[in-house]
Amino acid sequence: MADGVLLQLNNISVVYSDVIQVLKGVSLSVGENHIVSLLGSNGAGKTTTLKAISGLLKTENGKVTDGDIVYRGKSIQNSPPETITRQGIIQVLEGRQPFKYLTIEENLRVGTATRWGKPYKKDLALIYDYFPPLKERRKALAGYCSGGELQMLVMGRALMAHPQLLLLDEPSLGLAPLVVMEIFRIIERINKEQGTTIILVEQNASMALKIANYGYIMENGKIVMEGSSADLKENPDIKEFYLGMGASGDAKSYRDVKSYKRRKRWL
Amino acid sequence: MEFFIQLLVNGLSIGFLYGLAAMGFVMIFKSSSVLNFAHGELMALGAFIFLAMITWAGLPVYLAFPLALAGCFVLGFVVERLFLRPLIGEPLIYVIMLTVGLASIFKGIMLFIWGGNLYTFPDFLPAGLAIHWKSINIPPVYVVSIAIGLTFLILFGLFFKYSSQGIYMRSVADNQPAALSLGVHVRKVFALSWAIAALVAGMSGIVLGIINGINVHDLSSLGLKVFPVVILGGLDSIGGAVIGGIIIGLLETFTGGYLSTSLRDVVPYMALVFILMVKPYGLFGLVEIERV
Ligand SMILES: Nc1ncnc2c1ncn2[C@@H]1O[C@H](COP(=O)(O)OP(=O)(O)OP(=O)(O)O)[C@@H](O)[C@H]1O
Ligand SMILES: [Mg+2]
Repeated sequence: MADGVLLQLNNISVVYSDVIQVLKGVSLSVGENHIVSLLGSNGAGKTTTLKAISGLLKTENGKVTDGDIVYRGKSIQNSPPETITRQGIIQVLEGRQPFKYLTIEENLRVGTATRWGKPYKKDLALIYDYFPPLKERRKALAGYCSGGELQMLVMGRALMAHPQLLLLDEPSLGLAPLVVMEIFRIIERINKEQGTTIILVEQNASMALKIANYGYIMENGKIVMEGSSADLKENPDIKEFYLGMGASGDAKSYRDVKSYKRRKRWL
Repeated sequence: MEFFIQLLVNGLSIGFLYGLAAMGFVMIFKSSSVLNFAHGELMALGAFIFLAMITWAGLPVYLAFPLALAGCFVLGFVVERLFLRPLIGEPLIYVIMLTVGLASIFKGIMLFIWGGNLYTFPDFLPAGLAIHWKSINIPPVYVVSIAIGLTFLILFGLFFKYSSQGIYMRSVADNQPAALSLGVHVRKVFALSWAIAALVAGMSGIVLGIINGINVHDLSSLGLKVFPVVILGGLDSIGGAVIGGIIIGLLETFTGGYLSTSLRDVVPYMALVFILMVKPYGLFGLVEIERV
C-alpha cells in the first residue's frame, strides 16, 4: 500500500538517556484517513512510539537511534516538537494533562498555537458541537472537571490545531463504560468528518478494533502481529489475551504466566 | 489624618513599583522555575539606560522613557538567548547560580561605566501634576508612579487574560509537556518572559530612580526586596506579587512615618519571616488542585 500512506516508521529504535533501549526495530505504516490502532500490554512501548513520531521524546532525553520516520515523504525523526506539530501531527498525551489553572475555553485556545494568526472563534464553535458538555463548562477551571470532561477537553484542544494526524494515547483510561462509548463515537466522527488520520493507542482492544481499520500488536518494544481489524478480531491469540475471551470461555489477564509464554512465540 | 493619607499615597506608589518588579520575577519563575537573582540589577540597568538617554543622548523624557523600556525588553531577550537558553534542561541549581553570576557581571559593568555615585534627575515632571489638598502634598513623581503602575498592571492583566500569547505563557507555566504537545514554542515563551520581566523591572527601576536618585548599590539591593514581596504574595501568583508589593510598600512607608526610618528597611523581612511561618505558600499562592 505505497500510495495513500501518510506516515511510515521504518525499523526504528528508540533509546532513553543513551542507554535504555525501549523500541527495537518498530515498523508500521498508516494510510491516509485511516484509524490505526496500536495495542499491547503495559510497558510495551506504545507511548514511546507515539512520542517518537511527535518529537516529544526529546523532552524525556529519548532519541530515535536507528531507522526513519517518514511523514508525507519527508523524514521527521528527531525533529523538535515545534516543527512536527506545525506539519500537522498532534499528540494527545496519556493521562489527559489539562492546564489546570486555565479555564476550559483557555485550554482550547492553546490548541491554536501552531496556526497562523491564532484564529479561534469558529473553531470553538466546532469543538462545542463535538463536545457539548464543554460548552456549559467553558468558564470553569480545567482542574475542577471530571475525567470524562477532561478527555473531551484534551481531544478538543488537539482538534483546535486542525491536525492531519492525531495521536491518541489511551483515551479510555479510567472512564466509565458509557463515557468510553461516547468518546469512541466522537473519535470515529472526527475521522470521518474532518478527514483526520488517527493512531489510537488503547488497552481497550475490543473498542479500538471496532473503529480502527488496521491494528498492530506490540510487545517488548517490537511489533509482534498486525492485520486488519477484522482479521485481528478473529485471531485466537488476540481473542484470548486482548479481548479477554479465553479458549475455555473465562477471561484471562495480561499478567498470566501462560499468556506471557504464548506471547513469546510471536517474537 | 492628613499625615496618614500622605503616607498612604506614598506607600501605594512605592508599592506599585515593587509589585511591578516582583511581577517580572514571578513571570520568570512561573514559566521556567528559575529564581532570578539578577532582578535588582535589571532594575538598576533600566534606570541607567534611562539616565544615559537623558544625559548622554540628550533626549526629552517622553522619548527617553519608551526607548529605555524598549531597551530593557531587548536586553531581557538577549540575556535569555545568550545565557539562559544554553542551560535549558540542565539542573535548576546551575541556572540559578548563573543568575547570581549575571548579577555580579551587570553590577560590575554599571560600576565600571557610572561608578558608585548617586545621580539625580533634574526636575523634569511638570509641577502641575502634583496634588495639593489641605496640608496633603503629593509630589508629581508619586502621582506619575501610581498612574504608570496602574496602567501597566491593567495592560498586563489584559494581556495574560485575553491575548493568545498571554494564554500560551500561562499554559507553559501550568503544564509544560502538554504545552509542547500542542506546539507551543516553549523557548519563545521563556524568552518573552525574560523580556517582559526586564521591561517591568527596568520601569520600576526608572521611577524609583526618579524618586530616590540612581545608585548602583541602592537599586541592586532593592532587587532583594522582591523576595519578601513574592513570598508574601505567593511565589507563583502574578496578582499576588502585585498585592504583595503594595503591602510591603505600605508597611515600609508607615513604619518609616510612625516608628522610625531606620526600621523601614527591616520590616519587609520581618513580614517575610512571619508570613513564611504562618502561611508557607504566601497569601495568594496557588492552592494545588488535587482532584485530577
Ligand atoms: N523517560 C524514560 N526513560 C527511561 N525509560 C522509559 C522512559 N519512558 C518510558 N520508559 C520505559 O520504556 C518502556 C515502554 O514505556 P511506554 O510508556 O512506551 O509503554 P506503554 O506501552 O505506553 O505502556 P502503558 O500501557 O503502561 O502506557 C517501559 O519499560 C518504560 O519503563
Ligand atoms: Mg503508555
